[in-house]
Amino acid sequence: MAIIIGPGCIGCGACVVECPTEALELADGVVVVDPEKCTECGDCIEVCPSDVLSLPAGAKKEEPTEEEAPAEETTNAPKPKKKEKIVPVAGGDVWSGVWVVAEYSRGEVAPVSWELLGEGKKLADDIGCELACVIVGHDVEGVIPEAFAYGAEKVYVVDDPILKDFRTEPYAVAVTDLIRKYQPEILLMGATAMGRDVFPVIATKMKTGLTADCTVLSIDPKTNLLLQTRPAFGGNIMATIMCRKERPQMATVRPRVMAMPERIEGRTGEIVREELNMTEDEVLTKVIEFIKGDAKSIFLDKAEILVAVGLGVGSKRNLALCEELAETIGATICGTRGAVEAGWMTHDRQVGQTGVTVRPKLYIAIGISGAIQHLVGMETSDYIIAINNDPEAPIFEVANYGIVGDLVDVVPALTAEFNKRLQHGVAK
Amino acid sequence: MHFVVCLKQVPDSSEVRIDPVTNTLMREGVPSIINPYDAHALEEAIRLKEKVGGKVTIVTMGPPQAKEALRKAMSFGADRAVLISGREFAGSDSLATAYILTQAILKINETEPVDLVLCGKEAIDGDTAQTGPGIATRLGFPQLTYVIKVVELNEDSITVHRKLETGREVVQAKLPALLTVEKELNEIRYASLPNVMKAASYEPEIVDAKTIEFDPSQMGLKGSPTSVSKIFAPPVRSGGEKVDGTKDPSGAAAQVVEKLFQENIIMQKGGSR
Repeated sequence: MAIIIGPGCIGCGACVVECPTEALELADGVVVVDPEKCTECGDCIEVCPSDVLSLPAGAKKEEPTEEEAPAEETTNAPKPKKKEKIVPVAGGDVWSGVWVVAEYSRGEVAPVSWELLGEGKKLADDIGCELACVIVGHDVEGVIPEAFAYGAEKVYVVDDPILKDFRTEPYAVAVTDLIRKYQPEILLMGATAMGRDVFPVIATKMKTGLTADCTVLSIDPKTNLLLQTRPAFGGNIMATIMCRKERPQMATVRPRVMAMPERIEGRTGEIVREELNMTEDEVLTKVIEFIKGDAKSIFLDKAEILVAVGLGVGSKRNLALCEELAETIGATICGTRGAVEAGWMTHDRQVGQTGVTVRPKLYIAIGISGAIQHLVGMETSDYIIAINNDPEAPIFEVANYGIVGDLVDVVPALTAEFNKRLQHGVAK
Repeated sequence: MHFVVCLKQVPDSSEVRIDPVTNTLMREGVPSIINPYDAHALEEAIRLKEKVGGKVTIVTMGPPQAKEALRKAMSFGADRAVLISGREFAGSDSLATAYILTQAILKINETEPVDLVLCGKEAIDGDTAQTGPGIATRLGFPQLTYVIKVVELNEDSITVHRKLETGREVVQAKLPALLTVEKELNEIRYASLPNVMKAASYEPEIVDAKTIEFDPSQMGLKGSPTSVSKIFAPPVRSGGEKVDGTKDPSGAAAQVVEKLFQENIIMQKGGSR
């Protein structure tokens, strides 16, 4: 006799870890049971996120043993092992609070930091805990009132000249020391070059789980744990990830996914200051120079807004119209293979099967008919606008919004309209 | 100099889909490829070896079939390939994977000290970009992520360009160090025929929990703090609204822009100070 495994196993392995008798294992991506070892204790049933496990009919239905009551044993079954590790209580007192690590570099705060304070507030309210902002850098005084204005209830500050230029090691040390001392339950940062560089280091030091590039966060009402949803396999699949037993639960979140919260000037709260426990001699890297680029030189797969052109644009003169639009909204320009072969741009700007796969927040396709080789490289963009004079162009099939018309008229009209709405320049 | 390259064999992600009935991954028949970013890491290691002399060792974790990928990698001009393979490693998330690769690199380091570890910036199946930094942290090496250019490599240090959202950064790190690389770092060569022939009969070294000391609590499902609780297909795209911009381009433009603001896709500048 053994537990029954129904169809729909996603191979997450939660039950394998839970099984006290090591009767379960993964084979070819799905769980299998060793009937010799299974005691039908039912521990696995509760942790299965897909509800595919069940006890065989006629099996003694054990009352769900919340406390560690010894499971009834069949004659020769091995004794279930006592769990050695104490799992922190989700939403409890020991590991408590939602922290957002603000990204402050070269005098600027990355907007995603404030977006995350907005999202963090919702999570903190759902758990019933505090929302804090972590600011690590040098000369950060001016950032503190901003963090309160965007909703932080507490601000942790580590300010040291060593932290002037972002470098992974001292930054990770500063944040990790804060975590060890104040024990937050959830830690969030933008999925930017900085966030995705330093968060894996912090997670490794804490030996905890980290989910990269999330697009949806929520608190599971059943377990009080953080549900972290992200695209995988180039956006063909969405996966919800949980970190059940380690703390903090860590996630990086894509910029511009969460809404910017309201900025209320004059809010204040507690400020906690800590020293950096590292000297310059211990840092093995040195920033020699920063060469500022513009939106044009950004890497395509990190760009949040892309203006893409195809052969339908027709001429370099028309291309200039598209570039003007890109400039106005802070977008990066890219193109189809045709556009690259026409010599309008270099190959590193090519989107599609033989180029880069992109997933921006907004993709504006101009003069692109929508060949499948191009679509596979951009169809998982969050929002697609297509401009084409052929109403039957396949690009309209994937576009959220299509404008049928001549780009020579439509593109400048868009630029003018954006200019009107974005009086303060680039949307960022 | 001794260069170690971490490779991953990945399913060609553009062909992975969700089975709409069982809601499981349909991986069958999906071809495996060397993770493209890792291929650029390998290329850079070989270029650096050609410049300063030394040796390139490849490390990968995977099923026995990964030998094929290793042979392919060998054909580009690597010197040694190590395959970490065993059921005890299955189900590892990025934290556990970095632990396993680190243990293997430390083992290699015992006999042939490692100067530079090169990884792709991320794997195209998971896109997590966490394994490289995880290895660097465990090895105690400085890490340089998003590398697009190696400016200088000498006995003590390496200087590179890193690509950031707002520009590029020139950074120097003391050796030994770890890089994670972008595709634009280099152009991948074609393997030479003699190398292909030589690689075809190459037998990668296989290591497992018997040959290297591993802590079972830090690998496989047990050593993985994260687990997938649900997978699902993203909402299917179907053509949205279409407006006619032939007669009134300005009106159509205004309509679209209004929509973008309404749905918070374009936001007013509000973030930075």
